[in-house]
Amino acid sequence: MSDDFPEREFGIETKSSEVLDGEHMSSKKEDLIESEVPEQDLYHPKSFITKWIFCQDAKVIGIQYSITAISIGLVALVLSWLMRLQLAFPDVFFSMGPAAYYQFVTMHGMIMVVYLLTALFLGGFGNFLIPLMVGSRDMVFPYLNMISFWMYFIAVLVLVSSFFVPGGPTGAGWTLYPPQAITSGTPGSEGGIILMLISLSLFVIGFTMGGLNYIITILQARTRGMTLMRMPLTIWGIFTATVLAMLAFPALIVSCIMMTLDSLLGTSFFMPTMFQMGEHLKYGGGSPILFQHLFWFFGHPEVYIVALPAFGIVSDLISINARKNIFGYRMMVWAIVIIGALSFFVWAHHMYVSGMNPWFGFFFATTTLIIAVPTAIKVYNWVLTLWRGNIRLNIPMLFSLGFIITFVNGGITGLFLGNVIVDVPLSDTYFVVAHFHMVMGIAPILVIFGAIYHWYPLVTGKFLNESMGKFHFWVTFLGSYSIYFPMHYLGFIGVPRRYYEMYNSPYIPTSAEGLNEFITIAALVVGFAQLVFLYNIVSSIKLGKVAGKNPWKACSLEWQTEHVPPQHGNFGKNLPIVYRWAYDYGVPGAKEDYIPQNVPPSAVLGAKVEKT
Amino acid sequence: MIKKEKSLFGLLSEKPWEQKQSAVDNLHSGRTINLTKAHLGLRCVLTVSIIFFSLFIVTYADRMLLHDWQKMPEPKLLWFNTFVLFLSSILFHQAKNKSDNQKFKDVEKLLLLISGLSIIFFFGQLIAWGQLVEQGYFFNSNIANSYFYLFTTLHVLHLLGGGFFLKKVTQKIFKNNSNPLDMQSSVKLCGIYWHFLFLVWLVLFGLMINS
Repeated sequence: MSDDFPEREFGIETKSSEVLDGEHMSSKKEDLIESEVPEQDLYHPKSFITKWIFCQDAKVIGIQYSITAISIGLVALVLSWLMRLQLAFPDVFFSMGPAAYYQFVTMHGMIMVVYLLTALFLGGFGNFLIPLMVGSRDMVFPYLNMISFWMYFIAVLVLVSSFFVPGGPTGAGWTLYPPQAITSGTPGSEGGIILMLISLSLFVIGFTMGGLNYIITILQARTRGMTLMRMPLTIWGIFTATVLAMLAFPALIVSCIMMTLDSLLGTSFFMPTMFQMGEHLKYGGGSPILFQHLFWFFGHPEVYIVALPAFGIVSDLISINARKNIFGYRMMVWAIVIIGALSFFVWAHHMYVSGMNPWFGFFFATTTLIIAVPTAIKVYNWVLTLWRGNIRLNIPMLFSLGFIITFVNGGITGLFLGNVIVDVPLSDTYFVVAHFHMVMGIAPILVIFGAIYHWYPLVTGKFLNESMGKFHFWVTFLGSYSIYFPMHYLGFIGVPRRYYEMYNSPYIPTSAEGLNEFITIAALVVGFAQLVFLYNIVSSIKLGKVAGKNPWKACSLEWQTEHVPPQHGNFGKNLPIVYRWAYDYGVPGAKEDYIPQNVPPSAVLGAKVEKT
Repeated sequence: MIKKEKSLFGLLSEKPWEQKQSAVDNLHSGRTINLTKAHLGLRCVLTVSIIFFSLFIVTYADRMLLHDWQKMPEPKLLWFNTFVLFLSSILFHQAKNKSDNQKFKDVEKLLLLISGLSIIFFFGQLIAWGQLVEQGYFFNSNIANSYFYLFTTLHVLHLLGGGFFLKKVTQKIFKNNSNPLDMQSSVKLCGIYWHFLFLVWLVLFGLMINS
């Protein structure tokens, strides 16, 4: 690692406008180019269309991402209701064939993982929060950022259009394994799968454009005084997740391209020699396992692409509402980075039953279990942050606490499934369904809810309604436990996942039927509770209590803007200058129990920062 | 080599809450890497692109070992195309040197030449395809053919993407009304991309003739 650029030489860079006219200290050519355009040249919208539709302001793009993601997420929610009704009460309300069931499973999974969670965390929260939290006026490439959103939007439209093509959407499962995904007999093997692959490719291209913005904004466009180690953990989480996405998404697009060619042009990248109804298909020689490797090389980092921003956001919510600095800030950063790096070495634990060499499985079981170490450190640190904190049990905090419990629960079942020997009997049962819904469904969603309650006052200037929020939290938290806890039991007794009907299998006791009905009712209740939440979001824009500036008394920069909600250009005439990390809560000797990041030491004489 | 202000390890072991560290941090410029945004952006794009091609190559290596692989002949034209691309890469290096010396008139000519060569390369690839199809090597007749057509297509798509930026840079140089440093940086970055295109082609071509 080179150290050619000591701090001195960089000195005070022309970042904030007050030192604009000062002398350029650096003599390097590349620096000069940058300093020619010291303040970002913002695009100033003039019409309604450039302000709200083809908008280049990261805040608006973030909201556009969030609205699109939540809308398509509601479709996936309805699909899950339909599946649950089929499982618990087949033929009572409607009769759904196996084809429709598989299509709903596939679309539910794909939408929730890629089009809702990834887009909402990185596209939604990333766009809105990154420039505000690092003290920048906008993303570094605003135009590219706009295109990124519209690519995502088109990807969603293509995905939705697959519901309306002949044959319907693909029913290959969200993993889209060949050969069945593109072989006749699988629902949607004609048009549906092609549209799915195109949509995913568009998503990846759009995301790469956005990711470029997130990474470079965080690395290069921070305000003066904002070192990497002073950034809030939210930004660390989003940053690492974006790096993971940039490295992992190519695997998805590569497999999409090759499978599209297999399907449309009859190549045999993944397709083995096959006979169907006595006929020799045109394919031959390809390796379906190769697709699985590619898919999971994307698929496992994808789990952390969703989880790391959630880790970051929840750390901030807990610290703010416990009025304490986050316990072990550096350890938290390291854990995020280590988890991110390790996530590229565990992919084959999704393929234990694909017939691999036992030593291969042994290797992946080991790496999988090693990831538990940094993850556990994070959990301990959250708990230790709460310890002797001045806890405010408001709604974001409730959701954060709910997250910790759900995440620990889902993580522990992950230890079961990470071991090859334990995984083999549990594989393809409801235990797996319970595990991944707990750990990467409910846990991140709880963080998203907490984050929305937390930052809604920044976006709109109003609070969300508190009673509705409490109702929303308790129904969602207890309800999702009622859904997924019993599923562990179903898995233990061997109820297989992906079956559209259980028939009268003798090994499944009748109690399983009762459980299935209970789960379905819980799912319906939890789903309807989300309508209350949506009503809350819409109605609070008008009816909500006015929040004012910095209602949660938070330290990070996004709350220190001149106007609430922040306006075009984010900050006032001058960019803020950062003098401290984002966790100066309850500092002994300070008048208030928090010191915002942009308060200079001279303004809080006598305050002594505690070491953790 | 990316020039960081600090090594990664040193950076991650900072203690932001300490007074001593705080005094240093307050002077921090807010930048991590001593590159322009555009340069860093290009590097990110190249990284993603390298991973993209590497994954294809991994699948290629895996698929190659299976029994049904039948090597296809490579038309002589491909060697010519390789040379054309090599030439454009060399010329871009010259263009960069000229622009560093502020001789933008020469840069104009070189950029036009490069555009011409790139167009020749593009059509050269198409003709090579035509020759192979005439000989009966279709996209799906053998997996080796599939990979050949796939790789050339992806590479040409990267070339077209680069062509979009080459056009922008050429226009910028012809207008000659922006800041010289800015023009120099554009020529340099576009040049890096062209070297990248050549290297990727070299790897893919080498892979295909040696399998």
